[in-house]
Amino acid sequence: MVDLLNAIVLMLNFVIIPATSYGAQLALGALGVTLVYGILRFGNFAHGDTMAFGTMFTIFFTWLFQGLGLSLGVLPTALLALPFGIAVTALYAVSMDRVVYRHYRFKRSAPVILTIASVGVMFVTNSFVRFMIGTNEQRFSDGQKFIIKAREFKEWSGLSEGLKLKTTEALTIVVAGMAVAALFWFLQRTRMGKAMRAYSDNEDLALLSGINPERVVMVTWIITAALATLAGVLFGLDKSFKPFTYFQLLLPIFAAAILGGVGNPLGAIAGGFVVAFSEVMVTYPYKKFLKYMMPENLEPSGLMQLLTVDYKFAVSFIILVAVLLIKPTGLFSGKVIRA
Amino acid sequence: MSQSLRPILLFSAMAIALLAVGFGQGWSVMLVILNLCLISAVMSVGLNMQWGYAGLFNAGVMAFVAVGGMVAVLISEPPVRAGWEAGGLRIGIAGLLVAVFIGLIYAVRRFVSTKWIKNWGTAALLVAGYFIIRPVFEGGVTAVESIAAASAGNLGGLGLNILVSWGVAAVVCVGVAWVIGRIALGLRADYLAIATLGISEIVVAVAKNEEWMTRGVKNITSLKRAPVPRETNLQQAEWFQNLVSGVTGLDPTDADFKLRVIEFSSIFVKLCFTFLFAAVLAIVLFLAIRALNSPWGRMMRAIRDNDVAASAMGKNVVKRHREVFIVGAAILGVSGAMLTTLDGQFTPTGYQPLRYTFLIWVMVIVGGSGNNLGAVLGGFVIWFFWIEAEVAAQWLSVNVERLLLPYLDVVIINIGDVVLNVQDGVVWLKNAAPHFRYLLMGLVLLLALRFSPRGLIPEAGAARAH
Repeated sequence: MVDLLNAIVLMLNFVIIPATSYGAQLALGALGVTLVYGILRFGNFAHGDTMAFGTMFTIFFTWLFQGLGLSLGVLPTALLALPFGIAVTALYAVSMDRVVYRHYRFKRSAPVILTIASVGVMFVTNSFVRFMIGTNEQRFSDGQKFIIKAREFKEWSGLSEGLKLKTTEALTIVVAGMAVAALFWFLQRTRMGKAMRAYSDNEDLALLSGINPERVVMVTWIITAALATLAGVLFGLDKSFKPFTYFQLLLPIFAAAILGGVGNPLGAIAGGFVVAFSEVMVTYPYKKFLKYMMPENLEPSGLMQLLTVDYKFAVSFIILVAVLLIKPTGLFSGKVIRA
Repeated sequence: MSQSLRPILLFSAMAIALLAVGFGQGWSVMLVILNLCLISAVMSVGLNMQWGYAGLFNAGVMAFVAVGGMVAVLISEPPVRAGWEAGGLRIGIAGLLVAVFIGLIYAVRRFVSTKWIKNWGTAALLVAGYFIIRPVFEGGVTAVESIAAASAGNLGGLGLNILVSWGVAAVVCVGVAWVIGRIALGLRADYLAIATLGISEIVVAVAKNEEWMTRGVKNITSLKRAPVPRETNLQQAEWFQNLVSGVTGLDPTDADFKLRVIEFSSIFVKLCFTFLFAAVLAIVLFLAIRALNSPWGRMMRAIRDNDVAASAMGKNVVKRHREVFIVGAAILGVSGAMLTTLDGQFTPTGYQPLRYTFLIWVMVIVGGSGNNLGAVLGGFVIWFFWIEAEVAAQWLSVNVERLLLPYLDVVIINIGDVVLNVQDGVVWLKNAAPHFRYLLMGLVLLLALRFSPRGLIPEAGAARAH
């Protein structure tokens, strides 16, 4: 009985809690990608680096506030800086649309041209971030580190396994939940949100009903920038900020968006969690878990790890391949499959 | 400007720029740039086949370049006997088992007609295969990697001439591209992009972590690069010393002579590479131009410009796309093997997507998508600016620092505890300078795409809807 409890705590500690918070971060990222897919109809390669951009500015504001002596007590100061980071990123995204993407939209270029343009934006954003903050790792989390500490949990419960809950993990789940609720409220209830959905469903019909496409696109970029910054800051608080890591997040984020069905916000969220859980579960060594669960003489000798952490990208990739082979429309049937 | 004059003028300008570097920065520097220009040109011809001929978005150029590099290592390294004896057999058996399971899966998918048996059978075979093969493989890997870990810890290669690997790299890349093509072609263009992006991350992860194969992050240095001689051997060779004294008029007893021999040997080696690479580029370019002007090439462009019409004419769009994707990937693989041959070493951490995927894209877009000469020119121009931009950035940061020297203590920002003075700014600038060229390349890509989407040398007679 104690062994079973220990095994459950072990799973919670090393798989379920980390995967949930990572899943929420991916879901926010995938929401941004899927919105651009749905409204502007291209795969945005710059999304990972937009996340890095937003996070970088949030870090700058965090440093500034720390310098001024402002803080949120137990919560990280970055939360206070977040709105400012979002504002700068939104401004950046909208001006990138003005300078880069709008031209191709007016010319009605093929989606792949827009994707290549987004590669250019990625290049510029990526180098700008490296230019400003360098390539090193930055940790900007302050305030109280843990809500539940492993040692205290052990003392309280008498189990040999400790349970810890980082403030950033809880924060990720709460903030992501609030953001998603706000987004869905916006898409379902407001005039602008309805206009966006109409535009995504059928561009020409939406134009005929008097929806201003430029406004829809602008709002889309603002929301995308906000989601990207949010995802980036939460990821950075939880782990750390490193520009190249954010570029690499592109693959799991796209896998999540495609798995959920391109252009489908609900699917993007589901996709984010599926990808995160698969990644964590496949790369977790089950040795200790099986030790608790199996009779003593059957203990495994190896680490019982399906894949080493070095290959975590392979998990996203395998999910992606499986979706493309079995159901290219994704779980929730996104609409656009063929070019 | 007439169509035929334009390439000649542009290539002449490029030649003048290279000559200027030769006179200004020295011929050794110029040859380093030229050799990489040639390799870049091969890469960009390969990518141009995929994008320019067929409109396929390959975001995993790096995958094929890295595969080429790995093949170069596996072909040219001498075999490590101790490694083979320790774990070669087990790894070999694991490889055989992989083949067996692939065969089984193929058989199930081919000969079973009931859909659920087919799908669940495939899944079951995949899972069973994993759990059967993995222990066999891992035992072998541990055994191999524990053999002389500091100097070897791998199986080594076949010990063949490294030139062989240029061809083998093409063959291996054909295989990789075939698999990716099966999965991602026929869907949205950006699905191919994501799939190739994913495969490139995985290939580099394999190169970094599979130490039994490539020594991973421990790197492989001093690859044999026959038929090009080594500098140190040249310096000893009598005929070479005679050559140097003939060219310079110096006597072997002169004090200066030794230095000149060293300088000449480095230039001689680089020239050998230049001839090799130029030969490959010439062959690839010749074939690419022939292919583009053949009925196959015209069909490919027709599919690119209007795939619906082409498929109505009975062309199998997906199959043709797979063909051109594979051919392009083979060329990229050759370029990857060439690159590793030139470097004389294999360093997996060096494979960065911006450098090995997206820079090649800039080359193709700037040069002229769909035009082979344009792709070659793009390779030259972009590589040239890539190198010289770094020089310029260094020069700029050094000079800015010199200008600011008297004002180092002036405070720029003073908010609360955050105090930054000019000196901090200078330190920042020094760290930021190497990233300047990435910014430049991003801007070049965006500007070219916007204002010159057909590139420096546009495709002949194309009416591309950009």
